[in-house]
Amino acid sequence: MRHLLSAADLDRDRADSILNTAAQLATLQNRSVKKLPTLRGRTIANLFFEDSTRTRLSFEAAAKRLSADVITFTAKGSSVSKGESLKDTALTLEAMGAEVVVVRHGASGAAHRLAHSGWTQAGVINAGDGTHEHPTQALLDAYTIRDRLCAGAGDLDGLRVVIVGDVLHSRVARSNVILLGTLGVEVTLVAPPTLMPKGVESWPCRYTYDLDEAITGADAVMMLRVQAERMNAAYFPSAHEYSRSFGLTAARAQRLADHGIVLHPGPMNRGMEISADVADGPRSVVVDQVANGVSVRMAVLYEVFGARAQVGAIGNTEVDDFIGGEPDVQG
Amino acid sequence: MTSPARVFDADDMSRVLSRIAHEIIERSRGVDDLVILGIQSRGVPLAQRIASRIEDIAGRSIPLGALDVTMYRDDVSIRGARPVGVTQVPDVGIDDQLVVLVDDVLFSGRTVRAALDALNDIGRPRSVQLAVLIDRGHRELPIRADYVGKNLPTAPAESVLVRVSEIDGHDEVLLGKDARAASVTSDGGQT
Repeated sequence: MRHLLSAADLDRDRADSILNTAAQLATLQNRSVKKLPTLRGRTIANLFFEDSTRTRLSFEAAAKRLSADVITFTAKGSSVSKGESLKDTALTLEAMGAEVVVVRHGASGAAHRLAHSGWTQAGVINAGDGTHEHPTQALLDAYTIRDRLCAGAGDLDGLRVVIVGDVLHSRVARSNVILLGTLGVEVTLVAPPTLMPKGVESWPCRYTYDLDEAITGADAVMMLRVQAERMNAAYFPSAHEYSRSFGLTAARAQRLADHGIVLHPGPMNRGMEISADVADGPRSVVVDQVANGVSVRMAVLYEVFGARAQVGAIGNTEVDDFIGGEPDVQG
Repeated sequence: MTSPARVFDADDMSRVLSRIAHEIIERSRGVDDLVILGIQSRGVPLAQRIASRIEDIAGRSIPLGALDVTMYRDDVSIRGARPVGVTQVPDVGIDDQLVVLVDDVLFSGRTVRAALDALNDIGRPRSVQLAVLIDRGHRELPIRADYVGKNLPTAPAESVLVRVSEIDGHDEVLLGKDARAASVTSDGGQT
């Protein structure tokens, strides 16, 4: 896996293998030394053109736990405010020797552009591009669901997951529909008609405008953040009305299956898309999601760096596929 | 294409593991602070068997664990990403214990080097020893085994295939005349 640009880059075997690796890496949390030497001396650039706290911190923690060097670039306080383009930034990072670039950008397709433009040889990981995709968020959501509902292993086949909110503008929803679909999960999207994307009929999932019906008996519900700027754009009449129809209240959460869990990619608007008692209640796995994000991103970085080895493999060194046969390395 | 030669059958393997178990007891003069760690993947069942033999002889349970060294290898930049296996440290930990690492084949020594680094991040053993089923020579690092099932002279291009019933369905050790011939007859590949 040279790049991770879209959840569609992951077939089922590869997604399972990343989640399995993440599960092993998660055991590091219980150790006094929480660091592995795997990527010692390798360079990762965090390129954040858009504000983000938890994704940037999560990637930074993941890189540091693998002993990589991290260069962080955020739009605020950088030359972006002077009009520097994605291309110039990419050329700069290439010159500095960044081998993997983690990019967040407001424009859909920015990560793809960076990966395929020839500006840089680096592996590219999409950390959110416009309203397009956010594949590592989908991986950490899948990991969290697996960890909570499948005892950390096995498959998600046949689970029912409901994704609620501003689907139209949500890269989290897009990546989750693709990845959870790949993993055999039955996904239902719920949104007001104004926030349901055109062409949703062709997506590999169900959709409805009725939250109460969709959530009944579901194994997990994922609440999307309602972005403040949408409220001024008349997608829905008022915050209160949105909250009444599409907010997750304690009463609604009772409709979930007994083991049902509540996910949110954060940051939460308590009282808007999710009520405070649900956000902090026993079904909420929001804190798990943050912790799991580090393990999942470590697994993704490891995989992308591993692919660089295969590209650069010299001579007749045989490189076993990550997923295929599993010979013992003897040494 | 010559078929690989059998070095050990199941009986040979069983006898050798018993001998190693006795040697460990003899050298450690009792097993009070002994911890056995198998290196993933085929070192793990071998470690289990050695531990259970020591338990039979010594009459007490031996802390047993597994060590995955994938993330400590020095060849990630050459060989690429590999699946990460389970690391399981027994509850007693390894601090101030006598740790015996168990692996199937000792070759370049790089796996053991990685295992020593991994141990270093987990704790500080009193002493670390190494038990291997086959020592095939061609060391690239100053590492040696304390307990060896069999010293097997090999050419660098040959391959040693260890099969254990827990993973492969049956016990045997094969010496392939060259890596390519052996990998055709085996399920997995070979380095």
